[in-house]
Amino acid sequence: MIDKLTYSERQSASFILVAVAVVGLLMAAFGNSNQLGVHGVIVMIFAAALLYPVLSAIYAPEPVEDREASYYDDPIKVGIVLAMAWAIFGMFMGVWVAAQLAWPNLAFDAAWSTFGRLRPTHTSGIIFGFGGNALIATSFHVVQRTSRARLAGQVSPWFVLFGYNLFCVLAVSGYFIGVTQSKEYAEAEWYADLWLVVVWVTYFILYLRTLARRKEPHIYVANWYFMAFILVVAMLHIVNNLAIPIAWSSAKSYTIWPGVQDAMVQWWYGHNAVAFFLTAGFLGMLYYYLPVRAQRPIFSYRLSILSFWGIVFFYMWAGSHHLHYTALPHWVQTLGMTFSVMLLVPSWASAGNALLTLNGAWDRVRSDATLRFMMAAAVFYGLSTFEGSFLAIRPVNALSHYTDWTVGHVHAGALGWVALITFGSIYTLVPTLWKRERMYSAALIEWHFWLAIAGTLIYIFAMWNSGIIQGLMWRTYTGENTLAYSFVDSLVAMYPYYIARAFGGLLFLIGAAIGCYNIWMTVKAVPSTVPATPDAPETAAAVPGE
Amino acid sequence: MAELFHRKIERSSIGFAIAIVAAASVGGIIEIAPLFTIDGTVEEAPDMRVYTPLELAGRNIYVREGCYACHSQMIRTLQDEVERYGPYSLAVESKYDRPMQWGSKRTGPDLARIGGKYSDFWHVAHLMNPRDVVPESNMPAYAYLARTPLNLNDLSQHLAVQQTLGVPYTDEMVENAARDAYGQAVPDTDFASGVSERYGEATQVRAFDGVATQVTEMDALVAYLQVLGRLTTAAYQNTAAPELPPEPVE
Repeated sequence: MIDKLTYSERQSASFILVAVAVVGLLMAAFGNSNQLGVHGVIVMIFAAALLYPVLSAIYAPEPVEDREASYYDDPIKVGIVLAMAWAIFGMFMGVWVAAQLAWPNLAFDAAWSTFGRLRPTHTSGIIFGFGGNALIATSFHVVQRTSRARLAGQVSPWFVLFGYNLFCVLAVSGYFIGVTQSKEYAEAEWYADLWLVVVWVTYFILYLRTLARRKEPHIYVANWYFMAFILVVAMLHIVNNLAIPIAWSSAKSYTIWPGVQDAMVQWWYGHNAVAFFLTAGFLGMLYYYLPVRAQRPIFSYRLSILSFWGIVFFYMWAGSHHLHYTALPHWVQTLGMTFSVMLLVPSWASAGNALLTLNGAWDRVRSDATLRFMMAAAVFYGLSTFEGSFLAIRPVNALSHYTDWTVGHVHAGALGWVALITFGSIYTLVPTLWKRERMYSAALIEWHFWLAIAGTLIYIFAMWNSGIIQGLMWRTYTGENTLAYSFVDSLVAMYPYYIARAFGGLLFLIGAAIGCYNIWMTVKAVPSTVPATPDAPETAAAVPGE
Repeated sequence: MAELFHRKIERSSIGFAIAIVAAASVGGIIEIAPLFTIDGTVEEAPDMRVYTPLELAGRNIYVREGCYACHSQMIRTLQDEVERYGPYSLAVESKYDRPMQWGSKRTGPDLARIGGKYSDFWHVAHLMNPRDVVPESNMPAYAYLARTPLNLNDLSQHLAVQQTLGVPYTDEMVENAARDAYGQAVPDTDFASGVSERYGEATQVRAFDGVATQVTEMDALVAYLQVLGRLTTAAYQNTAAPELPPEPVE
């Protein structure tokens, strides 16, 4: 990988890594023995671990071939490996915290292993670790293939990928030692947030410069979604995380937003993290890998336009549906509800566009588990966006809010949509990237598919049951017009479902582990192949129908 | 026609990026900006007091441990919630809360009005091992809070930042933050009187964890839990609230 860089590029990479290590040293020195100091040491170790391979190959022979004649795939390969590693970590943490709710002594009387600290390691590990790495890797792949241009940089793709992973490591390691803002899905503290801004701006510039090199007049749909993902996540991240640290030498900060305004900003962020991280980015994946795998053009170009702008515009209004019946002014709640219902139109336009693309390829959905992953993802996308609009209606929300129904809804999206589309895309991508004939084992993909489906269904059925029971118990009155159940009564009723949920999650984790093994064996054992049409910037775009 | 126009903008990456930012900005601006300008978004509550340094430290422990993942602090305007937890929450009650901890999930009950409902002793026993007092509970044990001395050194910095952000801490409060935190949890010392002087006679000054010789994280967290819902009585006025806040259980 380093042999593809010139001497001066290796120098810049070393320079950046040394600079990062120095920042880590300063954090360690000023942070003294507090949490910032711990993170300083982690930053130094991270930088040193990358510096070692760069320095040990710094005088290796330089590349002689014309690099512009090929796509830049090394960062994508590493991104996929990192995504799968984070998947295993994040899902394992998920199973663990799920089990803690059924068997609370699994926290072992330690500070770092309590539910409150582990829960964000699961959410950040999955959303940012697994999801984010998968998005960065696939966006690098899609933008090159649909633009017929190599990435516009040799070092910057590595900077984006490893810089982003440094953010994830700081975020997740921080939760274990009690560094958190306790803003849901934005728990990382101020210095990690600042670092992510640097990484993200680099990502955006790299993306724009690559698009500027394109040999196609039009920007392909998948790239619209990746651009929306990069841009809007930057907006959300910066505004929601505006904070003042109590000192440069401390990990602790206070957000500038107080009380009710903080609640609105937080759910404007939180809901749109769902929209632009977990939806827009993954729709980018869907719009490329689904037509490629199905070998069918996207059903409707007009539907893609409608759904794209509908999602970009409507979603940003919907966050306040997380605050029904709260101290947030009523008019904002009503706006949030209204736009959430309207969101169903662009959401189903996307899901429908994906499913109709499969017309003429349904026989392959039956025989090819990889394509079936993506088909099932589109179905779950349609179901969970319907459920989302439904739960945003105020009286429905009265029952569902604060209960496991919300958790079930999120996982219908996260397991059923995000993870399935990612696995489908990765199984499509891995043989292409490593130039292998096929995946190592089609049977193992089948196993993964059915474990994932079974796990998801067990999970969401358990949460539907527990959530609705819980919501009903809280509002049940006796004949004497008093509340029928204490809170503890409702908790006791949850235990069977908490056990079922942990089991569903475990099946999903086993599926992902099988996926890792299959990818590993593909790279190691499947004979390599030369594709019929050369996979290089000179050839025609690989998107049918565009 | 629309399609023709779109064919044009999808040829320019910069133009497309600008269009995305424009379309995505509208909703947030319209829903967030007026919350700062419309009077009545946050109610008036002249009796609202700030957190003492000890309570703020306790709140930061609540934040550090991620308690919001299972406990809300927001009673909704629904009959069963008002009957179960007390008067529905007002925006003013969290106006000094950074970050707000309204929460999104109740694996455990709402805590917006937990202050004064249980004794300190109950809270300490419950935090040491929840199943000792509520056998069915699935909450983690937080025994280590009682073993961990509270860090008092940087409390002045905490209050100073809060002051910068508009929380009405006086310079005297900022300066005496560490002393006040110590005094609130260690009664019968000279430091204790300063707390009531600066934060009002109603401030609860006592050894929250039952040990009057040192200040632990348990002291701070219990002090915070005992003040939840008690910074102002605004929620009990001009509402259908049936009662006044309960007298604190000692």
